Amino acid sequence: MHELSIVQSLIDAVLDRTGGRAVTGVNLRIGPLSGVLPDALRFCFDVASAGTTLAGARLRIDEPQGRGLCRTCGNDFALTDMFLLCPCGSADVEVVTGRELKLVSVEVA
Amino acid sequence: MCATCGCGEDATPRVYALDVPGAQAHGHSHEDGHGHTHDGHTHDGHEHTHDDHSHEHTPSDPHGDGHSHAPELISMEQNLLAKNDLLAERNRGWLAGRKVRALNMMSSPGAGKTTLLVRTLTELGDRLRAGVIEGDQETSLDADRIRAAGRPAVQINTGAGCHLDADMLRRGLDALDPPMDSTVFIENVGNLVCPALFDLGEAAKVVVVSVTEGDDKPQKYPHMFIAADLVIINKSDLLPYVDFDVDECLHRIRHLNAHAQFLVLSATTGDGLAAWFDWLDGRTSPTETRTGSLTGSLEESLTDAH
Ligand SMILES: Nc1nc2c(ncn2[C@@H]2O[C@H](COP(=O)(O)OP(=O)(O)OP(=O)(O)O)[C@@H](O)[C@H]2O)c(=O)[nH]1
Ligand SMILES: [Mg+2]
Ligand SMILES: [Zn+2]
Repeated sequence: MHELSIVQSLIDAVLDRTGGRAVTGVNLRIGPLSGVLPDALRFCFDVASAGTTLAGARLRIDEPQGRGLCRTCGNDFALTDMFLLCPCGSADVEVVTGRELKLVSVEVA
Repeated sequence: MCATCGCGEDATPRVYALDVPGAQAHGHSHEDGHGHTHDGHTHDGHEHTHDDHSHEHTPSDPHGDGHSHAPELISMEQNLLAKNDLLAERNRGWLAGRKVRALNMMSSPGAGKTTLLVRTLTELGDRLRAGVIEGDQETSLDADRIRAAGRPAVQINTGAGCHLDADMLRRGLDALDPPMDSTVFIENVGNLVCPALFDLGEAAKVVVVSVTEGDDKPQKYPHMFIAADLVIINKSDLLPYVDFDVDECLHRIRHLNAHAQFLVLSATTGDGLAAWFDWLDGRTSPTETRTGSLTGSLEESLTDAH
């Protein structure tokens, strides 16, 4: 499961930036089309952060809605899965939001 | 943890260069990945916003004890895969410097990646001057098959890991040491989920799906098909015996990915291989179009399919 290696690189990035300070919170933004499941990430975070300065940190995951823009009819609509299909029938859809997989900020004590 | 073997990914991947028979023989231990509890996280609903914290100290705190600091919000604003993406870009630069083309071959376990590679190397090996980097959780069996075809191969055993990442590829490339102007096939770990997210620095992603897997794979594993530059439908010789609708499968892929090219072939009988060799030679035949037009490109690729 790739969430574990993603969490590992998340923890590495936070440790690089925070030195030895205790991390109390980690804020992420994970879109529904990113390929990463927030619940799996939370689970992996608890396991992988144990014994580090991130142990017990509050993981806050902002989950923005996915939005697509149809290049055929110009419609801007909600995307709930990776099947990029505009209600007009066109599959020529640009993903505007939803692919976010971001470490936004960390809170240190 | 891992969908495939149920353990953590902390086992260090191992890289074996060619001519080291049996080098993979020691097993990896699973002791670290198990025994964790699932109740560790709380979903407490209170959420305070920190948006107005505009001050940012650099946290390179030399004494590192943290106790003397006021709580602070440090802005990070980076992709979670930033580290892998950076290493992948380095691989891309290294490959470009040697004019080496790397192709990342991905599929479910057993779709026929190694069979296709062995056949390709047997027929084009000297022309492509190709080498192979084999990613498997365990064993060097696939690398042995490549070497038997007379081409260099490096085996990377990911242990518990279910995908190759950019750092593993760098180590594989160091071991393979591909010559200028050659091709490197990277056979990723058989898995349609995790490898899709990890850029290796490759020139193209090739996804192999076999007709025995069912034509609903694109819906079940959309990320893999979104990432693909080329989708190969393999084991076409078995089409008469299985319920696999090529047309339907290609439509489903097209709904996910407007630019992917398609090929239908059989790695064992050799049927359809000519189009794959053309693709490798950089000849884009009229049956494979890169336009996003659903019907046009599908009709064309379907004519090619049968
Ligand atoms: N009938 C038929 N069988 C095939 C074809 N290609 C591969 N196979 C068989 O499918 C099985 C798996 O093939 P491999 O090449 O080992 O598959 P793989 O994708 O490398 O598998 P992993 O490395 O384990 O993920 C073997 O028994 C092959 O002989 C094909 O075109 N037609
Ligand atoms: Mg194989
Ligand atoms: Zn539309």
